[in-house]
Order: sequence, then C-alpha cells, then structure tokens
Amino acid sequence: MKPLVATKAVSPVSAIRLTDLTLGYDRHPAVHHLSGEIASGSLIAIVGPNGAGKSTLLKGIAGALSPLEGSIAVSKGKRLAYLPQSADLDRSFPIHVYDLVAMGLWNSAGIFGRIGFSARAKVEEAIAAVGLTGFETRPIGTLSGGQMQRALFARLLLQDADVILLDEPFTAIDARTTADLLALVQRWHGESRTVVAVLHDIETVRRAFPQTLLLAREAVAWGETGEVLTAANLLKARRMVEAFDSHAAPCERDAA
Amino acid sequence: MLSSLYDLFIGPFAEFDFMRRALVGIIALSVSGAPIGVFLMLRRMSLTGDAMAHAILPGAAIGYLVAGFSLPAMTIGGLAAGFAVALAAGAVARLTVLKEDASLAAFYLISLALGVTIVSLRGSAVDLLHVLFGNVLALDDDVLILLSSVATLSLLTLAALYRPLVMECVDPGFLRSVSRSGGVVHLTFLALVVLNLVAGFHALGTLLAVGLMMLPAAAARFWTADITRLILLATGFGMLSGYGGLVLSYSAGANLPAGPAIILAAGALYLGSLLIGSQGGLARRLLPRPHLQR
Repeated sequence: MKPLVATKAVSPVSAIRLTDLTLGYDRHPAVHHLSGEIASGSLIAIVGPNGAGKSTLLKGIAGALSPLEGSIAVSKGKRLAYLPQSADLDRSFPIHVYDLVAMGLWNSAGIFGRIGFSARAKVEEAIAAVGLTGFETRPIGTLSGGQMQRALFARLLLQDADVILLDEPFTAIDARTTADLLALVQRWHGESRTVVAVLHDIETVRRAFPQTLLLAREAVAWGETGEVLTAANLLKARRMVEAFDSHAAPCERDAA
Repeated sequence: MLSSLYDLFIGPFAEFDFMRRALVGIIALSVSGAPIGVFLMLRRMSLTGDAMAHAILPGAAIGYLVAGFSLPAMTIGGLAAGFAVALAAGAVARLTVLKEDASLAAFYLISLALGVTIVSLRGSAVDLLHVLFGNVLALDDDVLILLSSVATLSLLTLAALYRPLVMECVDPGFLRSVSRSGGVVHLTFLALVVLNLVAGFHALGTLLAVGLMMLPAAAARFWTADITRLILLATGFGMLSGYGGLVLSYSAGANLPAGPAIILAAGALYLGSLLIGSQGGLARRLLPRPHLQR
C-alpha cells in the first residue's frame, strides 16, 4: 500500500513522522509498516477495530514501546503528554485531587522547584477548567470514573505540552463529561497544539476531529475525516484485523 | 502516687544510662524508619521490607565470623548482602518468569538459613539470639552515632526524593512519561530501606528491625488518609512504642527482653488502631454512623 500523507497541511511542519514503523509484542506486529506524518497543530483521531494497534501506536509515539522496525520521529523541542487508556494509577494512595493535578507542573517545577503563588493559581485554574472546583481536597480514591478523567485532563492542561496523546479518553464516561472534555480538546486545537486521540465513537470523530487515521495494523486510510470514514473503508478495516498467528513466518516485505 | 508514677515512667531513664541510650536509639530509628515504612506500605511492599530484613543476616553473620561483634564489619556485611539481594531479586523478576515477590521470598529464605548456619559455625546460641533479636539495652556510642547518621541521611534523601517518590507510587506511568528519574528513585529508596534495616539490626536484630518500620506505619493508616499526617503519625507511634516498650520491659524486670517488648508495644498500638481507628477501623465498620445528606 502506498503511504498516505496525513494532511493538507494547516502548517507544513510535521510534529510526528512515522517511517515504515512496525511495533509489536514478541515479534508479532501490532502496527505493521506504517508510514506517514502528523502535521504540527493538527487534531487527529485514530480509529479502528479492537486489536488494530491503536493503543500500541500511541504507546510507541509516547516512547513507552520501542519499534521492532522503522522509526518514530517527534520533531525536536516538542513536549509530549500522554494519557494512557487505563493509567496504572494507584487510586488507594492517600493523595488529594489538588496534588494529583499539580503533578502536571513537573516540567516547570521538577524535583525541587518551588510551586509558588502563580503556579498555585495555575493549578486552581486547571481544576476550574475541568469543572472540579470544590473537589481539591477530596482523596482521589473517592472520585467517580468521570471525575477522575476530569482530574487527569486538568493535569494534562498543566503539562502545557505541544503534542498531546489521548488513549480512549472518553470510554465509560457520560455524555456531559465527554462534551466538557471535548471542549478542552478543541481549546488545545485552537492553541495549535497537536492532539492525537484514539477513539471508538465514530460519531464523536465525525463531529470533532478534522483528521482521521483508520488503522488496522496498517493504515487503511489517512486524511480528512469525511474521506476516511466511509462504509467501504470501515468494512475493510474490520476484515484486516485477525488474531495473532503463532506460526507466522517472518515478514518479507521490503522496507519501503 | 506521684512518686510511683515517676518511678515507673521517668525514673528508669533518669537513673540508668543504658535506658537513655536505648531511648535515643529508638527515637533515631523511628525518625527515619517510620516514613520509609509508610512508603513501603503505600507501595504494597510491606513484605519486601520483611524479606530484606532477613536478607541482611548472612552478610552480618559473615562480618561476625570475620571480626566477632564488630560494628563496622557487621554493618558493611549487612549492607552488602542487603543490596545484593535487592538487586538480584529485581534482576530475576525482570529477566525470568518469576515475579519480584516470589524471587524475594526465595532469596530471603536462603539468606536466613545461610545466616543462621554461619553464626552457629562460630558462636554460641546466645550470640545467635543477639544477632536475631539485637540488644537494645547495650547501645554504645558508636552504634548511637551510626543510628543517628543513618536517620539524618535518610531524612535528607527522603526530602530530596519526596516529589518523584510520591509520583512513582501514585502514577508510575505518568512519572515515566515526564522524567527518567523513576528507576533511580526506586533504587535509592531500596537503598534507604536496606540502610535503615541494617541500622535497626544493631538495636533490634534482624527479626525485629522491620517491626519498628512497618507496625507504626500500618497503625497510622487507621487514623488518617493524608500522606503528610501519615508520616508524622507513624514517626510518633514509633517513638511511643520505643518508650512504652522500654518502660514495660524495665518494670517487668529481667523477664521481658527490651527488643521484643518494643515491638509488642508497637503491635499493641497497631491492634488498638485496628479496633478503634477512625479510618476504616473495625469499630467504625461495626457501628456505622448515619450517612450524610449529600
């Protein structure tokens, strides 16, 4: 398949460049020979059936998984923020919402840096932006799923990253919370940050994401959302994902 | 009445140098051990602490074999063995199918058997008891200096690492995504655990050293869900157990050895907290208060 270029360029600079990327586990590819660019400032959804490699791709971009082959280049000086699907967050840890959100200040505060008056104001602001004002001193163990997701978005806000990676951020979350958090995503887009989100809900993607990558281990289609999410493409994607074959032979495709 | 209270609670310390030394030693141990215990508990590593405490035994025993009851030899031996087991268990967990808790259990069982064997090779049963249960009533200047140095070093290190350490406990994935310090923080923390266990070993022996670390932390958890208060409360509980245990052991005469008495006092604090603690204690569970309107 010919590699597709991600966008008709809002800005010609690419934030993330994937070159013949293969990611996987135990030699089995979960993302297979994927090439393309995500332009700086774009708002792109990654969709595809279960097992299509969406989360794996995000993990790879975040640097949590090294490629089996090919490469991922995040353009220099761009700061990444990554919200995994099920954060391995210990909810029983005795810490307040405020402190959890304040972790987002790591880049500016680091190990020793003081969290001063202006930083505190920023934390308050982020908590207010996700609608959690009044929850500051609640232990994180008492939050509902939606409230927790709001808190994690507040932390993302503080991270002030150039590239934001979201893995199924709206799964198991009610419509109102989803709408609020989507508004934040739009705000990031307005601030010309690059947002890459793995999503399941096709309707949300159609409504809110200008760009889409339809993934089924390989790119089925990549470009304007309207052109990507056609019935034919979706059907094709569903057919392309199959189970791991434990006797699969080594891939002989040329690196090109 | 007053004088008998004085005789019970203050007299022993006013009168006897060894009681004062024991108290100072236990306070130093509590100051650094209790916060470390809190972190061990919150990271679900309580049993790791226990395993590490046993793991230092063969090292200390080899030190003893070489130089008798020599503070430097047994300290160096204990530290070496503790670090070796911590690293080996971590490596086995990373490189093989075995999980870290299973590999730690394997290593500490071997260590314990090895340590007891080595001590028995040369020493008497009394020496063995001394190594296993310590002798808190015989702390000389060198041991006190060691205990307070370890406490100081641990507190300074904890203060420096506090932020990433808490983040590593709450959300290790997040820390990994913003910083590479996670691994260093984890290893430094393990080093602190070993260091404090070796220090505790001189006062309380290998079997009890971990008690003064974990019991106050576990007791404190029944009273508060805030990490700062948890650390302060655990430290207070540690000191209180040390004082209570010494008083108990003194008033019971020679029948109650001081080291176990201190741990029993900590145990009593734990059981009391378990019963009446305000955060999920048994009494709260059995006699629930009416729920709030909103």
